Amino acid sequence: MSEHLRPKDISKKTDRLVHVDPAKFPKLPYPYEDWEDPPIPELSDAKKAERDVSLDGVSNLVVPMPKTEAEKEEIVAKFLVGLRKLFSKENNWTFLKPLMLSMDNCVKCNTCAEACPIFQESGRVAAYRPLFRSEVLRRIVKKHLTPGGKLTAKFTGNDIDVNWETVSRLAQLAYRCTLCRRCAQTCPMGVDNGLLSREIRKLFSQELGLSPAELHGDGTIKQLETGSSTGLSPVALMDLIEFAEEDITDRTGLNIKIPFDKSGADILLIHNAGEFLSWPENLEAFAILFEIAGLSWTLSSEMVGYDSVNYGLFYDDAQYARVTLKHAEVARKLGVKKVVVGECGHAHKALMAIGDRVWLAESNVPRESCMATMEDLIVNEKVMVNPERNDFPVTTHDPCNMTRSMGIIEPQRRILRKICPQFREMTPHGVHNYCCGGGSGFAIMQSHNFPEWKMAISGRRKFAQILEAFTKDELKPSVHKYVCAPCSNCKGQIRDIITHFDAWERCGMLYGGLVELIVNCMTDVREGFIEWEDFH
Amino acid sequence: MLAVQLVTYISVVVAVVAMLVKVYRYATAPEHMRWELYPVPHEKGRADYGGSYLEELDWWSKPRHSDMVNEMKEMAAEIILLKGVFHHNRRVWRSSFPFHFGLYLCIGWLVLLLLGAVLQAFGIDVGATAGGLGRGIHYVTMALGYAGLILGGLGALGLFFWRMSDENQRPFNSPMEYFNLIFFVIVAVVTVLASALADPSFASLRAYVQAVVTFSTAPAIPAPVAAEVILLSLLILYIPLTRMSHFVAKYFLYHAVRWNDEPNVRGSKIEKRIAELLNQKVGWSGAHIQTGQTWGEVIKEPKK
Repeated sequence: MSEHLRPKDISKKTDRLVHVDPAKFPKLPYPYEDWEDPPIPELSDAKKAERDVSLDGVSNLVVPMPKTEAEKEEIVAKFLVGLRKLFSKENNWTFLKPLMLSMDNCVKCNTCAEACPIFQESGRVAAYRPLFRSEVLRRIVKKHLTPGGKLTAKFTGNDIDVNWETVSRLAQLAYRCTLCRRCAQTCPMGVDNGLLSREIRKLFSQELGLSPAELHGDGTIKQLETGSSTGLSPVALMDLIEFAEEDITDRTGLNIKIPFDKSGADILLIHNAGEFLSWPENLEAFAILFEIAGLSWTLSSEMVGYDSVNYGLFYDDAQYARVTLKHAEVARKLGVKKVVVGECGHAHKALMAIGDRVWLAESNVPRESCMATMEDLIVNEKVMVNPERNDFPVTTHDPCNMTRSMGIIEPQRRILRKICPQFREMTPHGVHNYCCGGGSGFAIMQSHNFPEWKMAISGRRKFAQILEAFTKDELKPSVHKYVCAPCSNCKGQIRDIITHFDAWERCGMLYGGLVELIVNCMTDVREGFIEWEDFH
Repeated sequence: MLAVQLVTYISVVVAVVAMLVKVYRYATAPEHMRWELYPVPHEKGRADYGGSYLEELDWWSKPRHSDMVNEMKEMAAEIILLKGVFHHNRRVWRSSFPFHFGLYLCIGWLVLLLLGAVLQAFGIDVGATAGGLGRGIHYVTMALGYAGLILGGLGALGLFFWRMSDENQRPFNSPMEYFNLIFFVIVAVVTVLASALADPSFASLRAYVQAVVTFSTAPAIPAPVAAEVILLSLLILYIPLTRMSHFVAKYFLYHAVRWNDEPNVRGSKIEKRIAELLNQKVGWSGAHIQTGQTWGEVIKEPKK
């Protein structure tokens, strides 16, 4: 298939609709101009036999191969039933208005394509155009859900064939978008292709039970059953906290008891549980900062209350609401004055923006970004800092959910400008940032050949931006530099990018959160909180 | 002339009804989850960098300051100058701006034709030799009409060639896309030529509009003007039936979704509306959903 794929081509019975060709990827900047990307690995024949990969050969959403024609027809019929539900007030009141508006009003100008890092960095793979995915959905809806749609299909361009290939590839296409909404920002009409991707994901999850294992079975289901999407139980959590307290003493000489389940505390702090397992220094830094500042705060050991993750945000309204209501219940029972959301972008959006319409009545405990909490402590000098301890090149990543979807831009910058003498911005930044490439659940999808696709394509622009934030001299491995990623999922993605491109060895590049930088320069804390040689 | 008049009446009625249906559909859609997108221009002191009130410590305890002047400025720049297209797709803007600006001038032209017709119905003369008001309307109508039609027609032609020639665009074009633009071009060309040849000051057209608004029989008009009237009527009928009426939706796209950052507080109308919506039955069939129960029940506990 050529670069100029028509929406109706999605129904073609071919082994592979589009090919990802590393030779077409844009070149990376210094010192990676000569970087050669390997081809995205092919799945084994056994894997290909059990799932459909006829979109692009990549697998993150597993669409099982039907065994008979009747099975195929059944899936198509179910899809069309789900599509009707997607446009009904009873079943989709949550997003019906934005959905209708984005469906009805695209003028097909393709402005979105130039804003989309996945389309651009893939070497302009036609199926990755935001417009391609939206037009497939739009044309199916117009043909099947609009009166007279089939009669006028040729004239209106809605002559798309809804067969099993169409349905399967559309489901997979919804997972070639990080929901970063950069395309929506540039759309002159205000159409939101990110929203449409999410609505497609939702249809497949809520009607056909089709969603990536990392988001559903190993995500929201596990979180609701065990307390955390990481599988971390309340008992195991207490062990980790004990370790964290010991580690604080080792690193800083401070003896800090991390408060749990303190009824009536001012603040309930909720972390992404990924921090407990992968980056304990983040939760340790929060504990140090809040204790030295004398805040009244607590963590929760209640089921779900210690994990701010809510992957329902990315694919399923029911699962989203179930998780966020657990969070609300924990906050209400503790009687805290407010919930402070730790360094996690999607948790910010789940708890504060979308949650705004779900936390009702007595459960509507106010929620605040940790960026605002920390800004108050640093800018108003409630804790003392020595910026000289952070005298190394620092740049920061803007998590899409926190910035583009919530407008939390400046608090983190006012902190960084105060504590990091060598802070510099990426281009573009703030509300116009690029996604880390791990958005919408990509960061935790580590199976099959998706990690290779993710590193080569969805994370490529972010890596280029990071490199461009530093001078050639600064990019020498002997100069330690810090990429601040105040979001757990973004941090995981940036860790994977640095590892993939070997940027710690080649460029001396470390990554971490914002609170670690704060604690690293607090005068009440022993020097050296950030351990440069401990890349993990 | 009765047949021509009938076409105009039907076109206007269909257009108004279609437009109202569209507005009703969007306006009565249920309360949705927050889905704003920054920058939000009414965020006072923060709009320039895309900030929001969520940046503040204890934001719920502080008064919110909205800058409606900035929001109006942003809207004006978007509507009149097509600011978004200018910044993000300059190639399209080169045709889209004259097309849209031409349409605005044409709307002004139609409004002045209507005003002139009403004045004439009240016995006030409109024309080159009329009094100040009538003369002013006469000349401004001519200026807006010719400028709008020529600019709009050229813009539509530019958009047509862009759709035809841009290889990224072609896979997404349907016959309707081409038809819509060519229809505009034909209407503009016919109207300009018919007017220049048979009704240069739009006097006959004004007399026709007068008959339409007073529900009286129109005087005889030259054949080219009759053709022009039929085409304009059909265009008025056609626009609301297509997505070319996106100007209606744009209000909702921006104000109801993109810039809607109204927080839900305890006891608010939003809370009341959401509580009602939670009583609706869920029809989704996914294995993890209790089909047939209410939203409130489904989200309370996972399916066992």
